[in-house]
Amino acid sequence: MAGKTLFDKIWDAHVVDKIKGGPSVLYIDKHLIHEVTSPQAFAGIDSRGISVFRPEQTVATPDHNVPTVDQHLPIKDELSRFQVNKLTENCEKHGVTLYGLNHPYQGIVHVIGPELGITQPGMTMVCGDSHTSTHGAFGSVAFGIGTSEVEMVLATQCILQPKPKKMRISVEGELSEGVTAKDVILYIIAKITASGGTGYFIEYAGSAIRDLSMEGRMTICNMSIESGARGGLIAPDQTTFDYVKGREFAPKGEEFNQAVEKWRKLKSDDDAVFDKELVFEAADIEPMITYGTNPGMGAKIKDHIPTVEEVDPATRESYKKSLAYMGFEPGSPIEGREVDYVFVGSCTNGRIEDLREVVKFVKGRRKADQVTAWIVPGSKQVEKQANEEGITAALEASGFKLRQPGCSACLAMNDDKIPEGKLAVATSNRNFEGRQGPGSRTMLASPLAAAAAALTGRVTDPRNIN
Amino acid sequence: MSIEKFQNIESAAVPIPIENVDTDQIIPARFLKATTREGFGENLFRDWRYDKSGNPKADFPLNNPKFSGAILVGGKNFGSGSSREHAAWAIHDYGFKVVISNFFADIFKNNALNNGLLPVQVSDNFLVSIFKAIEADAGTLIKVDLEKQEIRLLATGESEFFQITPYKKECLLNGYDDIEYLLNIKEKIAQFEKSRT
Repeated sequence: MAGKTLFDKIWDAHVVDKIKGGPSVLYIDKHLIHEVTSPQAFAGIDSRGISVFRPEQTVATPDHNVPTVDQHLPIKDELSRFQVNKLTENCEKHGVTLYGLNHPYQGIVHVIGPELGITQPGMTMVCGDSHTSTHGAFGSVAFGIGTSEVEMVLATQCILQPKPKKMRISVEGELSEGVTAKDVILYIIAKITASGGTGYFIEYAGSAIRDLSMEGRMTICNMSIESGARGGLIAPDQTTFDYVKGREFAPKGEEFNQAVEKWRKLKSDDDAVFDKELVFEAADIEPMITYGTNPGMGAKIKDHIPTVEEVDPATRESYKKSLAYMGFEPGSPIEGREVDYVFVGSCTNGRIEDLREVVKFVKGRRKADQVTAWIVPGSKQVEKQANEEGITAALEASGFKLRQPGCSACLAMNDDKIPEGKLAVATSNRNFEGRQGPGSRTMLASPLAAAAAALTGRVTDPRNIN
Repeated sequence: MSIEKFQNIESAAVPIPIENVDTDQIIPARFLKATTREGFGENLFRDWRYDKSGNPKADFPLNNPKFSGAILVGGKNFGSGSSREHAAWAIHDYGFKVVISNFFADIFKNNALNNGLLPVQVSDNFLVSIFKAIEADAGTLIKVDLEKQEIRLLATGESEFFQITPYKKECLLNGYDDIEYLLNIKEKIAQFEKSRT
């Protein structure tokens, strides 16, 4: 019998039952919820007259629509305030732990899960948010779900789910100077397209992945969904164990040692069979940026935007529509375009390491006058750490301002909107039409490339700034 | 609670021949602040459908009086991006019962099925035939028979078998929802929990 993949091992250990001619009943270890995709689920269980089955396995925090200024004041926007209050109300009623807006643990769900040690290897985790794949960086099976499925988890701690196929993407070799985890995942999505991962769960492997920090691995797994994959995961190793150790909800003392013994077994067997295998060379990866309206439309910053002739004839109409929205000419160079906004933040790149990268780059320089730069830490803890490490002060000296934690301009549900027609270089995960505000135009890139754009006021390869 | 029972339909269709229609286009994030499931149809495809002053854009299919019906036809990778179930609610709330594409994003497909909205995945060639048939006659009728798992262009008689799991088919035909199923096996779930400790 062929060996098992890491994904199979975790998935199979959580199957409660298998419906004939249908999905599996999958048990969920940890459930994260936020204000936007949970109210209808709570309303559902209320109308069925049932309670939350395992309230201690769900954790809540408001992040999607919260303001990133004056968080100590009541939320001004009436609908946002109502939705956030509804979350508080639902959590109180059903005994679910909530890290509210002024709690020191509040933040983007996918930032707080790992930093609090809630996320651990071998778990199944879900959240009504497609970037739940982030937690796969710890060797867990984590994926986004819809609100009906949130209701299933609240009601029974299980969801009905067909088992995805398995893909392994290996990145071999060493990444060059100035090339980050964000460039790796943008490169992968550009190669396999925005739908190349659909139907699959991806395991990322290879020496370049192994060499990444936990933050870098989270960035990679986070954007799995942008290739259409339900999730991505990376086998846990010493880097993982060192990150988890000592965190608030991680096992302690002897329990931790026992857990590590179990976690060490979480890897794909040598003879495991994947439905699809891809290998990329780290040496081929350079600083990347997107030029279109889906994350698969990415290229090396030094390259040019593909000409119409260079794209698949079947997709040319959509391609032209996309570039028309961006106001970009097919075949034109990517570098040198004037940038209006820079956004550093989100569940993709709003962690402390991302802020450190930015500050290392901009320290002692000044941002270009015409650029509005928003730096939004992923959580209260990231914010606190940034203050303690002097990052906040250094960024302010360079003309940047740190805002308060939340999803912010990644999806522009709050007031952090890029104005119509303006061009933003963003460290977030989606460049869809109007994603950062109606009529806004987004180019996705690494924190380094975002910092470089802030300094020069133009799309810039960060390696060109010494 | 249960979902609406799916009835076989014969209807004209609204074509949106664009690839990678993401859920941010189907329902932009700024309309996700509601706490109920109703009313999202009003803002379906908001920024493609209306200009910034709120006037309908004449060239968008939903605003074109020649297109109507309970079937929406989209290009490849329909429903990609955000997991927001609000996208499925918006399409259903607007009055669509079926969405056709040659390729659906996974989460959208699950969300649609959980709301009695049938995603029908057809071959690349059949999708081209559908778009052509609508171009030739905007009122052309498409028949979707869930029991037979068959989609048919009535004008030409072209038809194709489509996939759905027996479980989901049963759910849609009878209006069962997954939560009821899970609630019925709660004891088994509790036993599973015990077996793991």
